Amino acid sequence: MALAVYGAPFQARLGRLLQYREAAFAGFITQCWWGGLKVMILAAFYGSALATQGTASLPLTLAQSITYVWLAQGLLAITPWGGDPDITAAVRDGSILHDRLRPVDTYAYWYARSAAWLLGRALPRLALMLLFAGVGLRAAGLGSWALRAPEGAAAFAAALVSLGLGLAVSTAITNVVNVFTIVTGTDRGASTVLGTFMILLSGNEIPLPLFPDWARTFLELQPFAALLDTPFRIYLGQLRGGAVLRAMALQVFWWSVLVLIGRRLLARAVARLEVNGG
Amino acid sequence: MNAASLYLRCAMASIHGQLQYPGTLLSIGIGNLMATATAFVGLWARFDRFGEIQGFVFSEIVLFYGFVQGAFAVASMTTRGFEVFGTEFLRRGDFDRVLLRPRSTVLQLFGHELRLSKAGRLVQGACAFGAAIALLPRSLTIVDTALLAFAFTGAVALFGGLLVIQATLSFWTIESLEALNALTYGGVEAAQYPLSVYQAALRRILFYAVPLAAVTYHPLLIVLRHPDPLGGPAWLGYVSPLLGWAFFVAAIGLWGVGVRRYTSTGS
Repeated sequence: MALAVYGAPFQARLGRLLQYREAAFAGFITQCWWGGLKVMILAAFYGSALATQGTASLPLTLAQSITYVWLAQGLLAITPWGGDPDITAAVRDGSILHDRLRPVDTYAYWYARSAAWLLGRALPRLALMLLFAGVGLRAAGLGSWALRAPEGAAAFAAALVSLGLGLAVSTAITNVVNVFTIVTGTDRGASTVLGTFMILLSGNEIPLPLFPDWARTFLELQPFAALLDTPFRIYLGQLRGGAVLRAMALQVFWWSVLVLIGRRLLARAVARLEVNGG
Repeated sequence: MNAASLYLRCAMASIHGQLQYPGTLLSIGIGNLMATATAFVGLWARFDRFGEIQGFVFSEIVLFYGFVQGAFAVASMTTRGFEVFGTEFLRRGDFDRVLLRPRSTVLQLFGHELRLSKAGRLVQGACAFGAAIALLPRSLTIVDTALLAFAFTGAVALFGGLLVIQATLSFWTIESLEALNALTYGGVEAAQYPLSVYQAALRRILFYAVPLAAVTYHPLLIVLRHPDPLGGPAWLGYVSPLLGWAFFVAAIGLWGVGVRRYTSTGS
Protein backbone atom coordinates (compact mmCIF):
# COMPACT_ATOMS: atom_id res chain seq x y z
CA MET A 1 0.00 0.00 0.00
CA ALA A 2 2.66 2.48 1.09
CA LEU A 3 4.71 1.47 -1.92
CA ALA A 4 1.85 2.36 -4.25
CA VAL A 5 1.12 5.69 -2.54
CA TYR A 6 4.71 6.92 -2.46
CA GLY A 7 6.02 4.84 -5.35
CA ALA A 8 3.66 6.40 -7.88
CA PRO A 9 4.82 10.03 -7.49
CA PHE A 10 8.42 8.74 -7.41
CA GLN A 11 7.98 6.86 -10.67
CA ALA A 12 6.06 9.63 -12.39
CA ARG A 13 8.67 12.23 -11.59
CA LEU A 14 11.59 9.95 -12.42
CA GLY A 15 10.06 9.21 -15.81
CA ARG A 16 9.49 12.89 -16.49
CA LEU A 17 13.02 13.91 -15.50
CA LEU A 18 14.59 11.28 -17.73
CA GLN A 19 13.07 13.16 -20.69
CA TYR A 20 15.35 16.16 -20.28
CA ARG A 21 18.08 14.85 -22.53
CA GLU A 22 19.60 18.19 -23.61
CA ALA A 23 19.93 19.38 -20.02
CA ALA A 24 21.58 16.11 -19.08
CA PHE A 25 23.96 16.39 -22.01
CA ALA A 26 24.90 20.00 -21.17
CA GLY A 27 25.54 18.99 -17.56
CA PHE A 28 27.63 16.08 -18.72
CA ILE A 29 29.82 18.27 -20.95
CA THR A 30 30.42 20.71 -18.09
CA GLN A 31 31.36 17.84 -15.79
CA CYS A 32 33.77 16.42 -18.37
CA TRP A 33 35.55 19.75 -18.50
CA TRP A 34 35.75 20.05 -14.71
CA GLY A 35 36.77 16.42 -14.37
CA GLY A 36 39.46 16.87 -17.02
CA LEU A 37 40.90 19.89 -15.20
CA LYS A 38 40.87 18.11 -11.84
CA VAL A 39 42.48 14.99 -13.27
CA MET A 40 45.29 16.93 -14.99
CA ILE A 41 45.98 18.94 -11.82
CA LEU A 42 46.07 15.79 -9.69
CA ALA A 43 48.36 14.08 -12.17
CA ALA A 44 50.76 17.03 -11.97
CA PHE A 45 50.72 16.87 -8.15
CA TYR A 46 51.40 13.13 -8.21
CA GLY A 47 54.22 13.69 -10.70
CA SER A 48 55.82 16.28 -8.41
CA ALA A 49 55.37 14.06 -5.35
CA LEU A 50 57.02 11.18 -7.20
CA ALA A 51 60.03 13.37 -7.94
CA THR A 52 60.41 14.68 -4.38
CA GLN A 53 58.95 12.48 -1.63
CA GLY A 54 57.81 9.39 -3.52
CA THR A 55 54.17 8.34 -3.86
CA ALA A 56 54.27 5.21 -1.66
CA SER A 57 53.00 7.06 1.41
CA LEU A 58 50.03 8.68 -0.37
CA PRO A 59 46.62 7.37 0.71
CA LEU A 60 45.39 6.90 -2.87
CA THR A 61 47.26 5.98 -6.03
CA LEU A 62 46.91 8.33 -8.99
CA ALA A 63 44.68 5.81 -10.78
CA GLN A 64 42.42 5.61 -7.71
CA SER A 65 42.25 9.40 -7.42
CA ILE A 66 41.33 9.70 -11.10
CA THR A 67 38.56 7.13 -10.74
CA TYR A 68 37.31 8.96 -7.64
CA VAL A 69 37.22 12.29 -9.54
CA TRP A 70 35.30 10.89 -12.53
CA LEU A 71 32.77 9.16 -10.26
CA ALA A 72 32.30 12.37 -8.27
CA GLN A 73 31.72 14.35 -11.47
CA GLY A 74 29.30 11.75 -12.83
CA LEU A 75 27.31 11.74 -9.60
CA LEU A 76 27.35 15.50 -9.02
CA ALA A 77 23.58 15.70 -9.47
CA ILE A 78 22.87 13.11 -6.77
CA THR A 79 24.28 15.36 -4.04
CA PRO A 80 22.05 17.90 -2.25
CA TRP A 81 22.60 21.49 -3.43
CA GLY A 82 19.47 23.02 -1.94
CA GLY A 83 15.76 22.43 -1.81
CA ASP A 84 13.73 20.52 -4.37
CA PRO A 85 12.69 23.30 -6.83
CA ASP A 86 9.12 21.95 -7.23
CA ILE A 87 8.58 21.89 -3.48
CA THR A 88 10.21 25.27 -2.77
CA ALA A 89 8.05 26.75 -5.56
CA ALA A 90 4.96 25.15 -4.00
CA VAL A 91 5.87 26.74 -0.68
CA ARG A 92 6.23 30.15 -2.29
CA ASP A 93 3.04 30.12 -4.37
CA GLY A 94 0.91 28.50 -1.68
CA SER A 95 0.18 25.22 -3.46
CA ILE A 96 1.80 23.52 -0.47
CA LEU A 97 -1.81 23.55 0.76
CA HIS A 98 -2.65 20.85 -1.78
CA ASP A 99 0.15 18.70 -0.40
CA ARG A 100 -1.23 19.18 3.10
CA LEU A 101 -4.73 18.21 1.98
CA ARG A 102 -3.64 14.88 0.52
CA PRO A 103 -4.36 11.94 2.82
CA VAL A 104 -0.67 10.99 2.87
CA ASP A 105 2.26 11.69 5.14
CA THR A 106 3.65 14.98 3.77
CA TYR A 107 7.22 14.13 4.77
CA ALA A 108 7.18 10.78 2.99
CA TYR A 109 5.44 12.28 -0.04
CA TRP A 110 8.10 15.00 -0.35
CA TYR A 111 10.79 12.42 0.30
CA ALA A 112 9.60 10.26 -2.60
CA ARG A 113 9.46 13.23 -4.97
CA SER A 114 12.84 14.63 -3.95
CA ALA A 115 14.46 11.20 -4.29
CA ALA A 116 13.08 10.93 -7.83
CA TRP A 117 14.36 14.41 -8.61
CA LEU A 118 17.91 13.62 -7.46
CA LEU A 119 17.99 10.21 -9.12
CA GLY A 120 16.34 11.35 -12.36
CA ARG A 121 18.93 14.07 -12.88
CA ALA A 122 21.86 11.90 -11.87
CA LEU A 123 21.18 8.72 -13.84
CA PRO A 124 21.61 9.99 -17.43
CA ARG A 125 24.63 12.09 -16.45
CA LEU A 126 26.22 9.12 -14.73
CA ALA A 127 25.58 6.85 -17.70
CA LEU A 128 27.21 9.36 -20.07
CA MET A 129 30.15 9.82 -17.72
CA LEU A 130 30.74 6.05 -17.42
CA LEU A 131 30.70 5.82 -21.20
CA PHE A 132 33.07 8.76 -21.64
CA ALA A 133 35.55 8.22 -18.80
CA GLY A 134 35.32 4.44 -18.64
CA VAL A 135 35.08 3.44 -22.28
CA GLY A 136 35.72 6.51 -24.46
CA LEU A 137 39.01 7.59 -22.93
CA ARG A 138 40.38 4.05 -23.06
CA ALA A 139 39.31 3.68 -26.69
CA ALA A 140 41.05 6.98 -27.49
CA GLY A 141 44.30 5.58 -26.12
CA LEU A 142 44.10 7.63 -22.92
CA GLY A 143 43.80 4.62 -20.63
CA SER A 144 45.89 6.20 -17.87
CA TRP A 145 43.31 9.01 -17.56
CA ALA A 146 40.35 6.65 -17.59
CA LEU A 147 37.88 5.55 -14.94
CA ARG A 148 38.94 2.15 -13.58
CA ALA A 149 36.68 -0.85 -12.99
CA PRO A 150 35.73 -1.59 -9.35
CA GLU A 151 37.84 -3.85 -7.11
CA GLY A 152 35.90 -7.00 -7.94
CA ALA A 153 32.23 -7.93 -8.16
CA ALA A 154 31.68 -7.90 -4.39
CA ALA A 155 33.08 -4.37 -4.09
CA PHE A 156 30.87 -3.26 -6.97
CA ALA A 157 27.72 -4.72 -5.42
CA ALA A 158 28.54 -3.22 -2.02
CA ALA A 159 29.33 0.16 -3.62
CA LEU A 160 25.92 0.13 -5.34
CA VAL A 161 24.16 -0.54 -2.02
CA SER A 162 26.22 2.19 -0.36
CA LEU A 163 25.39 4.60 -3.19
CA GLY A 164 21.72 3.85 -2.61
CA LEU A 165 22.23 4.77 1.04
CA GLY A 166 24.03 7.91 -0.14
CA LEU A 167 20.96 8.83 -2.19
CA ALA A 168 18.81 8.25 0.89
CA VAL A 169 21.00 10.60 2.95
CA SER A 170 21.03 13.16 0.13
CA THR A 171 17.23 13.08 -0.07
CA ALA A 172 16.96 13.49 3.70
CA ILE A 173 19.20 16.59 3.53
CA THR A 174 17.14 17.97 0.63
CA ASN A 175 14.01 17.48 2.70
CA VAL A 176 15.48 19.42 5.62
CA VAL A 177 16.07 22.32 3.21
CA ASN A 178 12.53 21.91 1.85
CA VAL A 179 11.19 22.39 5.35
CA PHE A 180 13.52 25.34 5.98
CA THR A 181 11.89 26.99 2.98
CA ILE A 182 8.54 26.99 4.79
CA VAL A 183 10.10 28.98 7.64
CA THR A 184 12.24 31.43 5.67
CA GLY A 185 10.29 31.67 2.40
CA THR A 186 13.38 30.93 0.28
CA ASP A 187 15.94 28.17 0.10
CA ARG A 188 18.67 30.59 -0.98
CA GLY A 189 20.40 31.10 2.36
CA ALA A 190 20.26 27.42 3.28
CA SER A 191 21.50 26.44 -0.20
CA THR A 192 24.54 28.70 -0.01
CA VAL A 193 25.64 27.32 3.34
CA LEU A 194 24.81 23.74 2.40
CA GLY A 195 26.57 23.93 -0.98
CA THR A 196 29.71 25.30 0.63
CA PHE A 197 30.07 22.48 3.15
CA MET A 198 28.78 19.80 0.83
CA ILE A 199 31.23 20.47 -2.00
CA LEU A 200 34.18 20.32 0.37
CA LEU A 201 33.10 17.51 2.71
CA SER A 202 31.50 15.09 0.22
CA GLY A 203 34.72 14.59 -1.74
CA ASN A 204 33.63 16.68 -4.72
CA GLU A 205 36.33 19.38 -4.40
CA ILE A 206 39.11 16.88 -3.74
CA PRO A 207 38.97 13.19 -2.74
CA LEU A 208 38.51 13.10 1.04
CA PRO A 209 41.43 10.68 1.67
CA LEU A 210 43.79 13.33 0.25
CA PHE A 211 42.98 15.77 3.07
CA PRO A 212 45.59 15.88 5.87
CA ASP A 213 45.81 12.69 7.93
CA TRP A 214 44.91 14.45 11.18
CA ALA A 215 41.49 15.31 9.73
CA ARG A 216 40.75 11.75 8.60
CA THR A 217 38.63 10.54 11.52
CA PHE A 218 36.47 13.64 11.43
CA LEU A 219 36.08 13.47 7.64
CA GLU A 220 35.03 9.82 7.71
CA LEU A 221 32.49 10.35 10.48
CA GLN A 222 30.76 13.53 9.24
CA PRO A 223 27.47 13.10 7.36
CA PHE A 224 28.57 14.44 3.95
CA ALA A 225 31.03 11.55 3.56
CA ALA A 226 27.99 9.28 3.38
CA LEU A 227 26.99 10.86 0.05
CA LEU A 228 29.93 10.04 -2.24
CA ASP A 229 33.08 9.23 -0.30
CA THR A 230 31.81 6.04 1.35
CA PRO A 231 30.55 4.35 -1.83
CA PHE A 232 33.69 5.45 -3.70
CA ARG A 233 36.05 4.00 -1.11
CA ILE A 234 34.14 0.73 -1.28
CA TYR A 235 34.34 0.81 -5.10
CA LEU A 236 38.11 1.39 -4.92
CA GLY A 237 38.60 -1.47 -2.46
CA GLN A 238 39.80 0.85 0.30
CA LEU A 239 37.11 -0.50 2.60
CA ARG A 240 36.81 -4.27 2.88
CA GLY A 241 34.92 -6.82 4.93
CA GLY A 242 33.78 -5.51 8.30
CA ALA A 243 34.82 -1.96 7.42
CA VAL A 244 32.23 -1.93 4.63
CA LEU A 245 29.46 -2.90 7.05
CA ARG A 246 30.59 -0.33 9.61
CA ALA A 247 30.63 2.41 6.94
CA MET A 248 27.13 1.43 5.81
CA ALA A 249 25.91 1.43 9.41
CA LEU A 250 27.20 4.98 9.71
CA GLN A 251 25.29 5.93 6.54
CA VAL A 252 22.12 4.45 8.02
CA PHE A 253 22.79 6.33 11.28
CA TRP A 254 23.07 9.70 9.50
CA TRP A 255 20.03 8.91 7.40
CA SER A 256 17.90 8.27 10.48
CA VAL A 257 19.20 11.37 12.26
CA LEU A 258 18.42 13.55 9.22
CA VAL A 259 14.97 12.02 8.72
CA LEU A 260 14.22 12.61 12.40
CA ILE A 261 15.34 16.24 12.14
CA GLY A 262 13.32 16.73 8.96
CA ARG A 263 10.17 15.25 10.51
CA ARG A 264 10.49 17.32 13.70
CA LEU A 265 11.07 20.53 11.75
CA LEU A 266 8.17 19.79 9.41
CA ALA A 267 5.79 19.13 12.30
CA ARG A 268 6.72 22.43 13.91
CA ALA A 269 6.66 24.42 10.67
CA VAL A 270 3.29 23.02 9.64
CA ALA A 271 1.77 23.83 13.02
CA ARG A 272 2.53 27.49 12.38
CA LEU A 273 1.95 27.49 8.65
CA GLU A 274 0.01 30.43 7.28
CA VAL A 275 -0.85 30.72 3.61
CA ASN A 276 -1.74 34.16 2.34
CA GLY A 277 -4.08 34.97 -0.48
CA GLY A 278 -6.71 32.85 -2.15
CA MET B 1 26.82 63.92 -20.15
CA ASN B 2 29.70 61.80 -21.34
CA ALA B 3 29.76 58.02 -21.08
CA ALA B 4 32.09 57.82 -18.09
CA SER B 5 30.11 60.16 -15.88
CA LEU B 6 26.85 58.56 -16.94
CA TYR B 7 28.23 55.15 -15.99
CA LEU B 8 29.44 56.56 -12.69
CA ARG B 9 25.99 57.91 -11.95
CA CYS B 10 24.35 54.57 -12.75
CA ALA B 11 26.87 52.80 -10.53
CA MET B 12 26.27 55.19 -7.63
CA ALA B 13 22.52 54.78 -7.97
CA SER B 14 22.91 51.00 -7.95
CA ILE B 15 25.16 51.04 -4.87
CA HIS B 16 22.77 53.41 -3.10
CA GLY B 17 19.89 51.04 -3.86
CA GLN B 18 21.71 47.99 -2.54
CA LEU B 19 22.69 49.80 0.65
CA GLN B 20 18.99 50.20 1.48
CA TYR B 21 19.03 46.54 2.55
CA PRO B 22 22.29 46.28 4.48
CA GLY B 23 21.35 43.02 6.23
CA THR B 24 20.59 41.23 2.97
CA LEU B 25 23.71 42.62 1.35
CA LEU B 26 25.90 41.53 4.24
CA SER B 27 24.48 38.01 4.49
CA ILE B 28 24.69 37.37 0.74
CA GLY B 29 28.20 38.84 0.73
CA ILE B 30 29.33 36.57 3.56
CA GLY B 31 27.71 33.59 1.84
CA ASN B 32 29.62 34.48 -1.32
CA LEU B 33 32.85 34.76 0.64
CA MET B 34 32.31 31.37 2.26
CA ALA B 35 31.34 29.66 -0.97
CA THR B 36 34.42 30.93 -2.79
CA ALA B 37 36.67 30.11 0.17
CA THR B 38 36.06 26.37 -0.31
CA ALA B 39 38.30 26.51 -3.38
CA PHE B 40 41.05 27.86 -1.18
CA VAL B 41 40.67 25.06 1.36
CA GLY B 42 40.89 22.54 -1.49
CA LEU B 43 44.01 24.25 -2.79
CA TRP B 44 45.64 24.23 0.62
CA ALA B 45 44.79 20.56 1.18
CA ARG B 46 46.44 19.57 -2.09
CA PHE B 47 49.67 21.34 -1.15
CA ASP B 48 49.56 19.92 2.37
CA ARG B 49 49.41 16.46 0.83
CA PHE B 50 51.74 16.80 -2.15
CA GLY B 51 54.15 19.59 -1.17
CA GLU B 52 54.54 21.31 -4.53
CA ILE B 53 53.36 21.25 -8.14
CA GLN B 54 55.95 21.23 -10.89
CA GLY B 55 58.39 23.39 -8.93
CA PHE B 56 55.75 25.87 -7.75
CA VAL B 57 55.24 26.14 -3.98
CA PHE B 58 52.04 27.06 -2.14
CA SER B 59 52.78 30.78 -1.69
CA GLU B 60 53.41 31.14 -5.44
CA ILE B 61 50.15 29.40 -6.30
CA VAL B 62 48.34 31.64 -3.81
CA LEU B 63 49.47 34.59 -5.94
CA PHE B 64 47.80 33.00 -8.99
CA TYR B 65 44.74 32.22 -6.89
CA GLY B 66 44.27 35.70 -5.41
CA PHE B 67 44.92 37.39 -8.74
CA VAL B 68 42.42 35.38 -10.75
CA GLN B 69 39.76 35.39 -8.02
CA GLY B 70 40.06 39.17 -7.74
CA ALA B 71 39.83 39.69 -11.49
CA PHE B 72 36.81 37.43 -11.83
CA ALA B 73 35.13 39.16 -8.87
CA VAL B 74 35.54 42.61 -10.47
CA ALA B 75 34.27 41.30 -13.80
CA SER B 76 31.21 39.63 -12.30
CA MET B 77 30.40 42.69 -10.16
CA THR B 78 30.31 44.96 -13.19
CA THR B 79 28.62 42.69 -15.76
CA ARG B 80 25.40 41.86 -13.92
CA GLY B 81 23.37 43.41 -16.74
CA PHE B 82 24.88 40.92 -19.19
CA GLU B 83 24.54 38.03 -16.77
CA VAL B 84 20.76 38.45 -16.50
CA PHE B 85 20.41 39.59 -20.12
CA GLY B 86 18.63 36.48 -21.40
CA THR B 87 16.10 36.24 -18.58
CA GLU B 88 15.49 39.90 -17.69
CA PHE B 89 16.02 41.77 -20.95
CA LEU B 90 15.38 39.43 -23.88
CA ARG B 91 12.55 37.26 -22.66
CA ARG B 92 10.63 40.09 -21.02
CA GLY B 93 11.16 42.40 -23.97
CA ASP B 94 12.95 45.00 -21.84
CA PHE B 95 15.74 45.16 -24.40
CA ASP B 96 13.39 47.15 -26.66
CA ARG B 97 13.47 49.96 -24.12
CA VAL B 98 17.27 49.81 -23.96
CA LEU B 99 17.38 50.19 -27.76
CA LEU B 100 15.10 53.24 -27.64
CA ARG B 101 17.40 55.20 -25.37
CA PRO B 102 19.98 57.38 -27.16
CA ARG B 103 22.94 55.64 -25.55
CA SER B 104 24.97 52.56 -26.46
CA THR B 105 23.49 49.26 -25.33
CA VAL B 106 26.84 48.18 -23.88
CA LEU B 107 27.01 51.24 -21.63
CA GLN B 108 23.44 50.75 -20.43
CA LEU B 109 23.96 47.10 -19.60
CA PHE B 110 27.19 47.81 -17.74
CA GLY B 111 25.30 50.48 -15.84
CA HIS B 112 22.42 48.13 -15.03
CA GLU B 113 23.87 47.08 -11.68
CA LEU B 114 27.14 47.17 -9.81
CA ARG B 115 26.68 44.13 -7.65
CA LEU B 116 28.25 44.61 -4.25
CA SER B 117 27.33 41.15 -2.95
CA LYS B 118 29.95 39.62 -5.24
CA ALA B 119 32.57 41.57 -3.31
CA GLY B 120 32.96 38.54 -1.01
CA ARG B 121 35.07 36.86 -3.67
CA LEU B 122 37.01 40.09 -4.17
CA VAL B 123 37.77 40.38 -0.45
CA GLN B 124 39.15 36.89 -0.12
CA GLY B 125 41.03 37.15 -3.42
CA ALA B 126 42.60 40.41 -2.24
CA CYS B 127 43.59 38.85 1.10
CA ALA B 128 45.20 35.88 -0.64
CA PHE B 129 46.96 38.18 -3.10
CA GLY B 130 48.23 40.47 -0.33
CA ALA B 131 49.54 37.51 1.67
CA ALA B 132 51.28 36.06 -1.38
CA ILE B 133 52.96 39.39 -2.14
CA ALA B 134 54.09 39.67 1.49
CA LEU B 135 55.58 36.16 1.25
CA LEU B 136 57.66 37.01 -1.82
CA PRO B 137 61.36 36.84 -0.98
CA ARG B 138 61.81 40.44 -2.20
CA SER B 139 59.72 43.56 -2.53
CA LEU B 140 57.99 44.52 -5.74
CA THR B 141 59.70 46.91 -8.11
CA ILE B 142 57.81 49.71 -9.83
CA VAL B 143 57.86 47.69 -13.04
CA ASP B 144 56.36 44.69 -11.21
CA THR B 145 53.58 46.82 -9.77
CA ALA B 146 52.79 48.36 -13.14
CA LEU B 147 52.82 44.93 -14.79
CA LEU B 148 50.46 43.54 -12.13
CA ALA B 149 48.05 46.44 -12.65
CA PHE B 150 48.21 46.04 -16.45
CA ALA B 151 47.72 42.28 -16.29
CA PHE B 152 44.83 42.72 -13.85
CA THR B 153 42.98 44.99 -16.27
CA GLY B 154 43.62 42.39 -18.99
CA ALA B 155 42.21 39.62 -16.78
CA VAL B 156 39.12 41.67 -15.89
CA ALA B 157 38.64 42.45 -19.60
CA LEU B 158 38.92 38.76 -20.48
CA PHE B 159 36.35 37.63 -17.91
CA GLY B 160 34.14 40.58 -18.84
CA GLY B 161 34.41 39.52 -22.48
CA LEU B 162 33.40 35.96 -21.62
CA LEU B 163 30.33 37.22 -19.76
CA VAL B 164 29.42 39.50 -22.69
CA ILE B 165 29.71 36.53 -25.08
CA GLN B 166 27.51 34.46 -22.78
CA ALA B 167 24.87 37.22 -22.99
CA THR B 168 25.34 37.62 -26.75
CA LEU B 169 24.62 33.97 -27.40
CA SER B 170 21.17 34.41 -25.88
CA PHE B 171 20.23 36.50 -28.96
CA TRP B 172 20.19 33.12 -30.69
CA THR B 173 19.10 30.82 -27.88
CA ILE B 174 16.88 33.22 -25.81
CA GLU B 175 18.02 31.28 -22.76
CA SER B 176 21.31 31.96 -21.06
CA LEU B 177 23.82 29.25 -21.84
CA GLU B 178 24.91 27.66 -18.59
CA ALA B 179 27.43 25.60 -20.52
CA LEU B 180 29.66 28.68 -20.81
CA ASN B 181 30.01 28.63 -17.02
CA ALA B 182 32.60 25.96 -17.72
CA LEU B 183 34.75 28.73 -19.23
CA THR B 184 34.10 31.38 -16.58
CA TYR B 185 34.01 29.41 -13.33
CA GLY B 186 36.06 26.62 -14.86
CA GLY B 187 38.51 29.22 -16.15
CA VAL B 188 38.96 30.60 -12.65
CA GLU B 189 39.75 27.08 -11.47
CA ALA B 190 42.12 26.40 -14.36
CA ALA B 191 44.03 29.69 -13.99
CA GLN B 192 44.85 28.94 -10.34
CA TYR B 193 47.50 26.46 -11.46
CA PRO B 194 50.53 26.98 -13.68
CA LEU B 195 49.79 26.43 -17.34
CA SER B 196 52.44 23.70 -17.50
CA VAL B 197 50.22 21.22 -15.63
CA TYR B 198 47.81 20.98 -18.57
CA GLN B 199 48.05 18.90 -21.71
CA ALA B 200 49.27 20.63 -24.88
CA ALA B 201 45.85 20.96 -26.54
CA LEU B 202 44.32 22.58 -23.45
CA ARG B 203 47.34 24.89 -23.10
CA ARG B 204 46.78 26.19 -26.62
CA ILE B 205 43.10 26.84 -25.90
CA LEU B 206 44.02 28.69 -22.70
CA PHE B 207 46.46 30.93 -24.56
CA TYR B 208 45.01 31.53 -28.02
CA ALA B 209 41.25 30.92 -27.81
CA VAL B 210 40.41 32.00 -24.25
CA PRO B 211 43.70 33.71 -23.34
CA LEU B 212 43.60 33.09 -19.59
CA ALA B 213 47.25 32.11 -19.48
CA ALA B 214 48.18 35.32 -21.29
CA VAL B 215 46.64 37.48 -18.54
CA THR B 216 47.63 35.42 -15.49
CA TYR B 217 50.36 32.84 -15.99
CA HIS B 218 52.88 34.73 -18.14
CA PRO B 219 52.83 38.11 -16.34
CA LEU B 220 52.82 36.43 -12.90
CA LEU B 221 55.88 34.35 -13.84
CA ILE B 222 57.75 37.63 -14.31
CA VAL B 223 56.60 38.95 -10.94
CA LEU B 224 57.58 35.65 -9.28
CA ARG B 225 60.95 35.59 -11.15
CA HIS B 226 60.04 32.01 -11.94
CA PRO B 227 61.43 30.66 -15.22
CA ASP B 228 58.76 29.28 -17.54
CA PRO B 229 58.85 25.48 -17.31
CA LEU B 230 57.53 25.49 -20.88
CA GLY B 231 60.42 27.63 -22.10
CA GLY B 232 58.41 30.64 -23.31
CA PRO B 233 60.35 33.86 -24.02
CA ALA B 234 61.00 36.06 -20.96
CA TRP B 235 59.33 39.16 -22.43
CA LEU B 236 56.05 37.38 -23.23
CA GLY B 237 54.34 38.33 -19.96
CA TYR B 238 54.89 42.04 -20.58
CA VAL B 239 52.77 42.06 -23.73
CA SER B 240 50.49 39.04 -23.43
CA PRO B 241 47.87 40.79 -21.20
CA LEU B 242 46.93 42.73 -24.33
CA LEU B 243 45.26 39.52 -25.51
CA GLY B 244 42.72 39.95 -22.69
CA TRP B 245 41.78 43.34 -24.09
CA ALA B 246 41.71 41.97 -27.64
CA PHE B 247 39.31 39.30 -26.42
CA PHE B 248 37.08 41.96 -24.87
CA VAL B 249 37.05 44.02 -28.07
CA ALA B 250 36.16 40.92 -30.08
CA ALA B 251 33.36 40.13 -27.59
CA ILE B 252 31.92 43.65 -27.99
CA GLY B 253 32.13 43.21 -31.79
CA LEU B 254 30.18 39.98 -31.51
CA TRP B 255 27.67 41.76 -29.30
CA GLY B 256 27.11 44.29 -32.11
CA VAL B 257 26.36 41.44 -34.51
CA GLY B 258 23.83 40.06 -32.04
CA VAL B 259 22.14 43.43 -31.59
CA ARG B 260 21.79 43.88 -35.37
CA ARG B 261 20.05 40.54 -35.79
CA TYR B 262 17.81 41.08 -32.75
CA THR B 263 14.10 40.91 -33.28
CA SER B 264 11.86 41.57 -30.31
CA THR B 265 10.08 38.60 -28.78
CA GLY B 266 6.94 40.75 -28.86
CA SER B 267 4.21 41.37 -26.30
